[in-house]
Amino acid sequence: MLRTALRNVLAHKARLLMTVLAVMLGVAFVSGTLVFTDTLSAAFRNQSAKSYDGVAVAVSSYADPSDAKGDPGVSQQTVDKIAALDGVESVTARVNGFAGVADPDGKLIGVGWSNKGANFAPGKDGEDPAYAFAQGAGPTAAGQVALDRDTAAKGKYQVGDPVRVATNGPVKEYTLSGIFTTDDGGVSAGGSLVLFDTPVAQKLYAAPGHYQDVNVTAAPGADADKLLDRVLPLLPDNAVARTGAALADEQAKDIEEGMNGLNQVLLAFAGIALFVGVFLIANTFTMLVAQRTKEIALMRAVGASRRQVTRSVLAEAGLVGLVAAAVGLGLGVLLAVGLRSGMSAFGMKVPGGPLVVTATPVLSALGVGVLITMLAAWLPGRRAAKIPPVAAMNSVHAAPTAKSLVVRNIIGSLFTAAGAAAVLGGAAMANEAGRYLIALGAFVALIGVIILIPQLSRPVVALARPLLVSVFGVAGKLAGQNAVRNPRRTGATASALAIGLTLVTGLSVIGVTVGQSVDKMTTDNIKADYMVSMASGGPLDASALAALEKAPGVGAVSPQQSAYLQLDGDFASASAVTPGDVEKVLTVKTVTGDAGSLADGRIAIAESSAKKHGWKVGDTLPAVFDDEKKGELEVGAVFQDSEFLSPVVMSTEVAAAHEKKPDIRQIFVAMDGGQTAANEKALVSALGENPAISVMDRQDIRDQFGGMINMILNIVYALLAMALLIAVLGVVNTLAMSVFERQQEIGMLRAIGLDRRRVKRMVRLEAVVISLFGALVGIVLGVFLGWAIGESLKNGLPGYALVLPWGRIGIFLLLAGLVGVLAALWPARSAARLNMLNAIKTE
Amino acid sequence: MTTTSTAYRATAVAARATDLSKVYGQGETQVVALDRVTVDFRQGEFTAIMGPSGSGKSTLMHCVAGLDTFSGGSVRIGETELGSLKDKQLTQLRRDKIGFIFQAFNLLPTLTAMENITLPMDIAGRKPDQEWVRKVIDMVGLSGRLGHRPAQLSGGQQQRVAVARALASQPEIIFGDEPTGNLDSRSGAEVLGFLRNSVRELGQTVVMVTHDPAAASYADRVVFLADGRIVDEMLRPTADGVLDRMKEFDAKGRTS
Repeated sequence: MLRTALRNVLAHKARLLMTVLAVMLGVAFVSGTLVFTDTLSAAFRNQSAKSYDGVAVAVSSYADPSDAKGDPGVSQQTVDKIAALDGVESVTARVNGFAGVADPDGKLIGVGWSNKGANFAPGKDGEDPAYAFAQGAGPTAAGQVALDRDTAAKGKYQVGDPVRVATNGPVKEYTLSGIFTTDDGGVSAGGSLVLFDTPVAQKLYAAPGHYQDVNVTAAPGADADKLLDRVLPLLPDNAVARTGAALADEQAKDIEEGMNGLNQVLLAFAGIALFVGVFLIANTFTMLVAQRTKEIALMRAVGASRRQVTRSVLAEAGLVGLVAAAVGLGLGVLLAVGLRSGMSAFGMKVPGGPLVVTATPVLSALGVGVLITMLAAWLPGRRAAKIPPVAAMNSVHAAPTAKSLVVRNIIGSLFTAAGAAAVLGGAAMANEAGRYLIALGAFVALIGVIILIPQLSRPVVALARPLLVSVFGVAGKLAGQNAVRNPRRTGATASALAIGLTLVTGLSVIGVTVGQSVDKMTTDNIKADYMVSMASGGPLDASALAALEKAPGVGAVSPQQSAYLQLDGDFASASAVTPGDVEKVLTVKTVTGDAGSLADGRIAIAESSAKKHGWKVGDTLPAVFDDEKKGELEVGAVFQDSEFLSPVVMSTEVAAAHEKKPDIRQIFVAMDGGQTAANEKALVSALGENPAISVMDRQDIRDQFGGMINMILNIVYALLAMALLIAVLGVVNTLAMSVFERQQEIGMLRAIGLDRRRVKRMVRLEAVVISLFGALVGIVLGVFLGWAIGESLKNGLPGYALVLPWGRIGIFLLLAGLVGVLAALWPARSAARLNMLNAIKTE
Repeated sequence: MTTTSTAYRATAVAARATDLSKVYGQGETQVVALDRVTVDFRQGEFTAIMGPSGSGKSTLMHCVAGLDTFSGGSVRIGETELGSLKDKQLTQLRRDKIGFIFQAFNLLPTLTAMENITLPMDIAGRKPDQEWVRKVIDMVGLSGRLGHRPAQLSGGQQQRVAVARALASQPEIIFGDEPTGNLDSRSGAEVLGFLRNSVRELGQTVVMVTHDPAAASYADRVVFLADGRIVDEMLRPTADGVLDRMKEFDAKGRTS
């Protein structure tokens, strides 16, 4: 039987082409993902191992510089004591934090979240082993800094040039003492690194004479674990120490976990692509079996068992899968290489390293390819086994028995109904569990609709028929009828497209809806003309607030300082704001009381919190502040919940009494004359042209959220592209099969006078009809899904309103039509070129 | 009256092949399918083309019907010379001037009997002549089955639909390629009867390729082909006469 299978594969090379392509693409996605993540995690692991190379014990302090209590880090004395311990070869003590470098135009160099500053810690030889200086030397005086090579190049800085560096305080000018190279992860990911003289860095990031991290190297023969035991007793409460080996292990585990996340997301999309491929494969094998009815009947007649027939079909599928998977694996490795270079092309630097191809991707690629193909061919194989031996004797080509769709429809309806009920139920629950129920229901409903699709195809296409006939005449009429001639095949082809479009549409609906409601929230709640914050996402220095208050043209300024306190026994997060001004920069809708009372030390409570605790205006609540001092606060107002204010609002004055350093997240500024270029410039210059501080107008704030949502949508579109591509191959496959099966008919049509142009048009329109049908089903399902998920998100999003992205949906439909036209290119051409005489001859 | 119409018929030619040659392949493998064939198909005449397998009878029909290209000579349908036509013009000629009946019926399974019958007019974008179509349908006896699809019809009924399709557009000439090849003898006789009636009563011109002497006996004239040449012709044939003539060719073929 294997020989028969092999011969069949070779005999039907062309007809198996699309199957091979589909499996190949799916397998390439899977193996590409695995090889890519393997390679990447090996490179990261390698890098982290290198950074802990030679470190016996690593001490790190988690002191918060704004914290009023505890040690501000590991003191110099402690470091000295560690250095004096038995078995210690050397110690390197470090502090680090945010530092942004301005380019000559005053703009920040590198991405905000990994702009770092650290101390230059020379050893006895005057060299810091972590940094190799390419030019100049490390900073050894208060006014000096060194920059990593990429940052220096981006800012076109030479040794001796003045460089403006912003830390969490005001921006300052330093002299560049040297340029170094480093394998620091943040730098290779596109960030920047500034080295300061140690006392400067300590003052910036910890406290004078204090460090955050201490790396200890062991003297030859000394044991790291024993060393750790000796280091531990010397440390302050808020510091921990571990051996370098333990830390490297831990980082490796973190990397592994991070990669696993990426892996799972990518594999999920690869799974979708493979799932879509199943429909194409099943179509192909159904047709091959139908064509071979006589042959199979003959084999049955001469004594082959049913099982042997099924097995021969499966063996054929297995062979096809194996070949396709092998090619797909090769393609996947290339994909992984391409992805890595693609990442660096987009400025994401990944550590270099060899390509890692382990047994896992190879085996899973081959396994997935073979299994998927055989699984998809299983039903056609069983159908083949049911062909009776007598079929060999029938001279007339047996018309495929149009088996009733009744059972299928009942099952499909049940699935669809159950899925829809689960989705509706989940939407009504409107919480996390509801979302899981929606996901489950959506999956079940999708399966149900896929089962029902053959039945759906007739009425839906019938609706389009008048249009087809009136616009395209006889070609349109024939195309409309051909499209529903084999409902199962049309259904499978359309399903493949529908799956992709359900996901694309559903995610677009959610993305656009969430984007709109966030946008609305922003425009509704912010009255300020500008929002000032740190590019790094860290807290702003109090000097920034003072500078803004004094800037020309400023009408109202209020910070949004975050503070914590215990109110009436419960912990609450609080916003400290400027009384009077806050109402001019944010929307504060007072329910009861007067927001003006903030000015005399009273507090305002958000409506939901007030309800929950039963607090009302005039209540005096016992409070415990962050510095553990006790006091009493009187409720002066209750306001409508706002995304930009914490449940408890107090004046900055009340907060200031209990904190060492205000934790300013944002500063909102209203200007005389509103948003003008001059006003923005005035603010930027008041802030000392600080590259680390971003000044955003309202449009910038909206773009920040909108841009993120758009980016996520684009990534998802890109990941779903593979599934859609396979669906397109499915349309090509179906059309090619149809043209092949209808050669005689097409020959007759040509003979009685249908010209080539209209033959092509007929095939093309059939493809368009099938594509649009699949797209329509997908879009309807996707909108339903998007609506359901939106309903479950409703509670978390004030101002939520479902937005249907008609523009995008229109584009999807247009693209689906285009897909039909493109998919029909080759089948339509071969239909038009068909040899009329061969087609009408009867043999 | 009858004599004048016969005389007129005798002069008007619906299709004519002159020195028609068709050669497949080149050099050593060259096969001559048609060797300078000259033949007329007169209007209002039912002609059968006969000959043993490989005699070129189908090729002759395909070339004259504008389905196939030829290597030499000329073919005219009415006043149109086929040799100079491009595919598009040939398609239009087939659509407007020629009707076809195939051995395998070749109906579109998605269309009803009625839709199949009017398909050539649909393709041409013409409105069918309702009165004429009605007449044709009555003649082939399909009145009760116009809404049926081919799968719901017997072989004989399907071929009757095909005959009606060929007649419905009132072509200048109808070509049949073994139209009874797939039918039992009774259905075959019916179909041939319709073709003969269409010639007698409607003045249609019909050319039919067949290897069945009984089928040929329905024709007004039989043209015999062997080895790509016209070797004989018989007017008002009978089945026995045709069979005898065929046997002679077979015997000749074997001895030579």
